[in-house]
Amino acid sequence: MDLSFTAEERAFRDEMRDFFHTAIPERIRRKLREGLHHSNDDQIETQRILNARGIAVPNWPVAWGGQDWSPVQIYMWQDEMQQACVPFPLAFNCSMVGPVIAEFATEEHKQRFLPRAANLDDWWCQGFSEPGAGSDLASLRTTAVRDGDEWVINGQKTWTTLGQYADWIFVLARTDMAAKKQEGISFLLVDMKTPGITVRPIQTIDGGHEVNEVWFDEVRVPAGNLVGQENKGWDYAKFLLGNERTGIARIGISKSRIKRIRELAAFERVGEGRLIDEPKFREKLASVEIDLKALEMTQMRVVAQERTLPRGKPNPMSSVLKIKGSELQQATTELMMDVIGPYVAPFFTEEELEGRNEPPIGPDDAATAAPMYFNWRKISIYGGSNEIQRNILAKAVLGF
Amino acid sequence: MDFDLSDDQRMIKDSVERLIADRYGFESRRALMRNPEGWSREMWAQMAELGLLGVAFDEAHGGFGGGPVETMLIAEAFGRGLVVEPYFATVVLGAGLIRRAGSADQQAAYLPQVASGELLLAFAHHERHARNDLAHVAATATEQDGVWTITGEKSLVLHGDTADKVIVSARVAGETTDHNGIGLFVVDAVGLNRRGYATQDGQRAAEIAFDATPAEAVLSLDGFPAIAATVDAAIAFVCAEAVGGMAEMHSSTVDYMKTRKQFGRAIGEFQVLQHRAVDMFVNLEQSRSMALYATMMAEEPDAAERARAISSAKVAIGRNGRAVGQEAIQLHGGIAMTMEYKVGHYFKRMTMIEKLFGDTEHHLAKVAQAGGAL
Ligand SMILES: Cc1cc2nc3c(=O)[nH]c(=O)nc-3n(C[C@H](O)[C@H](O)[C@H](O)COP(=O)(O)OP(=O)(O)OC[C@H]3O[C@@H](n4cnc5c(N)ncnc54)[C@H](O)[C@@H]3O)c2cc1C
Repeated sequence: MDLSFTAEERAFRDEMRDFFHTAIPERIRRKLREGLHHSNDDQIETQRILNARGIAVPNWPVAWGGQDWSPVQIYMWQDEMQQACVPFPLAFNCSMVGPVIAEFATEEHKQRFLPRAANLDDWWCQGFSEPGAGSDLASLRTTAVRDGDEWVINGQKTWTTLGQYADWIFVLARTDMAAKKQEGISFLLVDMKTPGITVRPIQTIDGGHEVNEVWFDEVRVPAGNLVGQENKGWDYAKFLLGNERTGIARIGISKSRIKRIRELAAFERVGEGRLIDEPKFREKLASVEIDLKALEMTQMRVVAQERTLPRGKPNPMSSVLKIKGSELQQATTELMMDVIGPYVAPFFTEEELEGRNEPPIGPDDAATAAPMYFNWRKISIYGGSNEIQRNILAKAVLGF
Repeated sequence: MDFDLSDDQRMIKDSVERLIADRYGFESRRALMRNPEGWSREMWAQMAELGLLGVAFDEAHGGFGGGPVETMLIAEAFGRGLVVEPYFATVVLGAGLIRRAGSADQQAAYLPQVASGELLLAFAHHERHARNDLAHVAATATEQDGVWTITGEKSLVLHGDTADKVIVSARVAGETTDHNGIGLFVVDAVGLNRRGYATQDGQRAAEIAFDATPAEAVLSLDGFPAIAATVDAAIAFVCAEAVGGMAEMHSSTVDYMKTRKQFGRAIGEFQVLQHRAVDMFVNLEQSRSMALYATMMAEEPDAAERARAISSAKVAIGRNGRAVGQEAIQLHGGIAMTMEYKVGHYFKRMTMIEKLFGDTEHHLAKVAQAGGAL
C-alpha cells in the first residue's frame, strides 16, 4: 500500500491547475466563485477551450477524443476544475449521451454526434423523468410508435435541465406497450427543432429557470435516430447512470465553496473581531471539512477500484459518495448563510445583480447565499434521490 | 395551566382563520403580491375591519384589549397563509415600540391610526455591521432649538418602503454598542431617501439613509429596554408564525405521500418515509410548545428571564423549522423545488425567520451564557 500520489500524478495535478487558472477567463470563473449562474455562452466558451486542449471528454474512448488517463488522473482533472470554479463540461453531452453513443450507437451516429457533442456544437438535454415517473423511472409513459421509417413520439417529459438551450434531447420512450416495464423502453435521439415539441419553463424556488417541461405531440423522428436496439433503452440508461461513479461527490465544488466561505468570514465583523476568529464558527467549519476529507479518501478508494470494474457497471459504493457528497454540498450552503447572516434576506434577480448600478446590500455574495441554499436542496433529490441511494446500498451491499 | 381559549380568543382565532382560508389561498396570495407595493391595501383594510390591527391595544386606542395570546393566534394563522401585509412591521414592531416607549399622548395620537389601518409603520434599527447585536447603533441624533435631527444609515428595514412613519433608533450618547444612550424617534417618511426591495420570502424591506432628518416626535432618549422588549415580543410572534408554516408543510407532506405513487404504490407506504414524516410531526409539536412558551413569557417584566425564554424558543424554532422545511422538500421530491408549489414558499419563510433578530447560533449562545434554559 502506498497512499501518496506519485510524482507523475502530482505533476499532472499541477498541470491541470495551471491550465484551468490561465486558460479559462476569470470573468467566467468569478461567477461560479460568487455563486452566480454562468450563462450558456460561458458554458460553450469554456467547453471549447477544454476541447481544443483535448480535455473536455477524457472519459470517452480515445478514438473519440478521450484520454488514456488513469482513474486518478480523471479524478484530478475533475477536482482541479471544480476547485478553480471552471464550469464543468456539459454533463448531458459528456457524461451522459456521449458515452452511450460511443458504446452502443452506429459508426454513423458516432461520427455525426460525438465530435459535435464534445465541442458543444450541439447542446444536449436529458429527457428521462416524467410527471409520473421520477424515482420509478421505468414507469415512464411517453410512447414512440413506428410508422414507416419514422418514430412518432407522444408524451411529456419534465425537469429537463437547461432544455431551453438544447439542440437535441435524448429520450427514453416506451416502444413495446405489452412488455414488462423495463423491457419495452427505447433510447431515441431527437432534434429539438422537430415540429410538435413544446418547451415550457419551470421556475425553481430560488427564482431561477434551469428546468423545463418538454411536451411531445406527434413528434416524428427518423427511424435511424434509435440508439442501439429497439427495447434495449433501459440497459443504455443504466449504463449512462452507472457511468458517473465517482464524479457525483463533487468534492472539488464543496472545497471551492469552503474556500469562499473562509474568505468572506475573514471580512465579516462580529463585535470587535472577525467571524473567522469565532471559535464556534471555526469548529462548525472544521467539522464539515473533516467530513469532506473523509469523503475524499473514500472517493480515492472508489477511484482505485475503478480499474477492476467493467465500464458502465454501477458500483454501489458510488451511492455512498452521492449521499455524503450531496449532504456536504448542502452543508456548505448553510455555512455560507451563517456568514452572510441577516443579509441573506434581500432578493434580486440575476439580471438585476448583473446590470445593477446601485451598490450591493450587505457583504459580498449576500445576494446568492439564500438562492443557492434553496436551489441546492435539489442535489439530494435528483440523479437518484438519497432515499433511493440508501435502498441501493441496503440491497447491494448489506444484502437485505 | 389552561390551554383552552376563552370565548373572545376563540372568536379572534375563527375570524382570522376564516380570513386566511377565504382570501389567502396560494393563488390569491400571488394575486395580492402582484400589487405594485407587493401586498394589498384592500386586505389591510379588511384586517383593520376585523379588529386584527388593534387586537393588543387598549380599547381607548381603538383596540381590543388583548395580549400575547391573541397576537399569537393571529401570527399562527398568518404563518399558514404566508401573509405579506405589513402587520409585523406596523403592529408588532412599530406600534409595539410606541406602546412601550411612547408617552400617553403619543400612544393616543398614533395607536388609533394604526388600529384603523390608516398609519403604516416600520422600525429602522439594524445597521450594516450590527450583525446580531441589538445595541449596535451608530446613527446619531442631535438636538437643536428643540428639534431632533437624525443622521445615519439603516438597513433591512422591514416594509420600510411603504411605511408612512418610521421609528428610528439613533444614538444620543455613548459608544456604538452601549445599551445606554439609544434614542427612539418618530420620523415622517415623506421625502426620506429609501431604496425598497423584495426579500427572499416575498416580503418587502428597504435601506434608508437619514441626513440631518428632523424627527416629528421623541419616544425615548433611553430606548434600549423598549427595543429589547419589543424585539422579544416580535420573536414570539415569528415563532408562532413559524408554527403555522410548519403545520402547513407537515400536512402538505403527509397528504402528498398518500397520493403520490411510485413503484406501484403510494410513497407513504414506505415505512422509512413514514418515520420521517413522524419526525417532522415531533418537531412541529416541540415547536408549538416553544411558541406557547414564548407567548407566555413575551410580556414578562423581568427582562433577563424574558430574554432567556425567548432565545430558547428562537433556537427551537430555528432548528425545527429548518429540519421540517428541508424534510418537506425532500419527501416531496422535485415538485417542492418549484415556485408553483406552496411548500417551497414556507421553506423560504422559515429560512428567513431563522435569520431574523439573531440566528440560532446567536440565541443558543445567549441561553448558554444566561446559565441555561431551565
Ligand atoms: C432541479 C432538478 C433538475 C432535474 N434535472 C433532470 C433532467 O435534466 N432530466 C431528467 O430526466 N430528470 C431531471 N430531474 C428529475 C429527478 O431525477 C427526479 O426529481 C428524481 O428522480 C426524483 O423523482 P421525483 O421528483 O418525481 O420524486 P419521487 O420519485 O416522487 O419521490 C418523492 C419522495 O419519495 C422518495 N421515494 C421514492 N421512492 C422511494 C422508495 N422506493 N423508497 C424510499 N423512498 C422513496 C423519494 O426519495 C422522495 O423523497 C431533475 C430534478 C430536479 C429537482
